[in-house]
Amino acid sequence: MKLDLSPVTGFLLADAQADRVVPPTGFTAWLTLFSAAAMGFLAVFALALSLATGRLADRWGNELARSSTIRISAPEGQMAAQTQAALRLLETTSGVASARALSSEEEAALLAPWFGPDLPIDQLPIPQLIEVVEDGAGFDAEGLRLRLAAEVPGAVLDDHTRWRRPLVRAADRLRLLGWVSLVLIGAAVAAMITLAANAALAANSQLISVLRLVGARDTFIARAFVRRFTLRALGGAALGVMLGCLAVLMLPGAEPEGGFLTGLGFQGWHWLWPLVIPPLAAVVAFFATRTAAHKTLKDMP
Amino acid sequence: MIELENVAYSYGGGELLSDLSLSLSPGSFHFLTGPSGAGKTTLLKLCYGALVPTSGQVRLFGQDRRTMERDDIAMARRRIGVVHQDCKFLDHLSVSDNIALPLMVSGRDLLNEAANLKELIGWVGLRERAGALPPELSGGERQRAALARAVIMSPDVVLADEPTGNVDWEMSQRLLRLLIELNHMGKTIMIATHDLALIRAAKSQVQARVLRIASRRLQLAGADL
Repeated sequence: MKLDLSPVTGFLLADAQADRVVPPTGFTAWLTLFSAAAMGFLAVFALALSLATGRLADRWGNELARSSTIRISAPEGQMAAQTQAALRLLETTSGVASARALSSEEEAALLAPWFGPDLPIDQLPIPQLIEVVEDGAGFDAEGLRLRLAAEVPGAVLDDHTRWRRPLVRAADRLRLLGWVSLVLIGAAVAAMITLAANAALAANSQLISVLRLVGARDTFIARAFVRRFTLRALGGAALGVMLGCLAVLMLPGAEPEGGFLTGLGFQGWHWLWPLVIPPLAAVVAFFATRTAAHKTLKDMP
Repeated sequence: MIELENVAYSYGGGELLSDLSLSLSPGSFHFLTGPSGAGKTTLLKLCYGALVPTSGQVRLFGQDRRTMERDDIAMARRRIGVVHQDCKFLDHLSVSDNIALPLMVSGRDLLNEAANLKELIGWVGLRERAGALPPELSGGERQRAALARAVIMSPDVVLADEPTGNVDWEMSQRLLRLLIELNHMGKTIMIATHDLALIRAAKSQVQARVLRIASRRLQLAGADL
């Protein structure tokens, strides 16, 4: 079906004459405005959720995929020797870009969220960690495991896939849920506006019949209602988006320790995305009211 | 301009009008009379396209009502001014805006028509009441405002349904004079009324044909009036 844009341009160019013939309605106008604002507010969060989980999935998918860890558990005397052996082995492994043994400070930092900052790490039999960064091609994890087993008996390779996959899957699912929510919010706006428009048309059936009697065409009558509901949806959604953005701004900032929850929000140019919501709500309201009006008018004498 | 050919109309069960033919030619002046409930309003509604005949043919400006789209009907209504029995105003708009309503809905530039509007309001004697809301008007004022609204588009035909129903004799004389004046300007006029005195009063001033609806048919009333 070809999208007919002439009603949109006609609407934008139309003067306020059609608007005046429909009496102002106090209470229901506020209800429409309120609903549009609530939907705009919710849409901001759905959008923030989608974008944040998208970022998360990307990060886990990319950065973590490029790094693995080797954990060496050995009696105290052999720790340094085994670490050296593992690093040497990694240097000769194809697909490894770099390998680096974590210092005890770094290991303490990793444990700090769980044990607090004052852990006497030197007195504990903490395994040594080696961070392995892959190059573009990646290494053969099974081959590396076999070689490690032969040469560094205390080493265990963890390529992160075990826990990374479900996390990426969860993030992807969350992102999908976010988009589904946005679609549902849009559909709810359409349904709400259709109901409100139908109520308005029914309440004004007397007025519509007078307009028909004095020679008004259906497009003129429809425009009076469409204009009104489109502007209400636009205004309401703009208000809701503004409040939603303020609420997102007031969320605690994204911190490395906080995991994905505190990362909920917009970053950089993503702040422009919420601006799309009010015009989108207006477009939805425009077509919803237009459809409702033409359907109602067709059944009127 | 408006032609009815062997038209019948029935509401639900019984037939209200049957085998009715009528032709409103340019510049003619018709009275439509008959007892209450005889179908005067129905006949007028057929004439301005609000009703579709059950059988027979109605032609508005040469176009068959049955083949007319909703927009065609809207266009035809701009050439037919109707004074409704209950006036049918928009109560939230002033009298002046109500009179200008046909201009508004047809997308005319109201500023260009402002002088015409003012003159017309003066002609029906509502200059003082132009800013009032319709519910604040008296019966006669409402009827005159309805007449002004019916003629603002300078229609070819003016149909009036009991325009003197709620007004005193003096006011009805005044309304009649306005309608006769319109007829002298070349408009086709049809007035539905059961007020025989009004018809008699008109006959001395204008060449009027009197149609009577009796037992579902349309008859030309003779000189007995």
